[in-house]
Amino acid sequence: MLDWDLAAEQAVFDETNLVTQARQGDNAAFGELTERYQRNIFRLAQNITQNREDAEDVLQETFMKAYEHLPDFEGNSKFYTWIVRIAVNEALMKLRKRKWDKTVWLDEPVNVGEETVAREIAIWEDNPEQRYSKEELADILDKAVNSLAPAYRTVFVLRDIEELSTEETAKALDLTVPAVKSRLLRARLQLRDKLTAFFKKKVEDPFAYL
Amino acid sequence: MLTCKQFLAELSDFLDEALGLEERKKLEDHINKCPNCWVIADTTRKTIEVYKCSEPVQIPTDIRSRLMKALERKMASKKL
Repeated sequence: MLDWDLAAEQAVFDETNLVTQARQGDNAAFGELTERYQRNIFRLAQNITQNREDAEDVLQETFMKAYEHLPDFEGNSKFYTWIVRIAVNEALMKLRKRKWDKTVWLDEPVNVGEETVAREIAIWEDNPEQRYSKEELADILDKAVNSLAPAYRTVFVLRDIEELSTEETAKALDLTVPAVKSRLLRARLQLRDKLTAFFKKKVEDPFAYL
Repeated sequence: MLTCKQFLAELSDFLDEALGLEERKKLEDHINKCPNCWVIADTTRKTIEVYKCSEPVQIPTDIRSRLMKALERKMASKKL
């Protein structure tokens, strides 16, 4: 067995143990779970709400609710997937409260027609991210994600940043698997277009790669 | 051979390696002959990688400490 498999198995074992202990009233175990996932939940909350204050509220509410409802957690899914679901609900509620944002309903019909924007076809540098400093790169990636419509952004964040499966994402967002897939594809293609502006190879001849 | 549109519709599953062998072969045949779709597939794969490799930022200390305090209060109130 590979080391990686062993490590992954160990992590699942640890998590199950911590959850069991926390359910039995071990507050230190719940504290450990909070330590483990707070960075991911905060990032997720920031990505969805795009607002630091809201993200902090979502972070707190998520762990408060998880603590309160721990007896209801049946262990059918991973603990992480369960708290992600709580966090997504909290974050969407925050978004909906903002009256000026009328585009936040995840069940709104999405445009499934032809793409109207011409795609830029350009090969990228081999390690395009090395062209920028860590801070610049983080800024480019954040701005690109934030420019997506919430329906696409939320799916992309869960699938490709938090690395939930298609099924877990569908469950967390109350969407069908095909809806998750079509939104993910559109999000990925839109991001690819946006990042191409930063990462494309600078060549005189645009067909040099052929 | 698949059209570019059919190729793009399957692109996500192709990159996620969620396709059966036969379907995968069809997509591979397409990109071997279509340089534009090859570029789109390659740069979309890199898009996903660059996001997957991005580390979650550290939570600002003030936010972290408010979270821990709120949690401690919650735990204390449950004990009573």
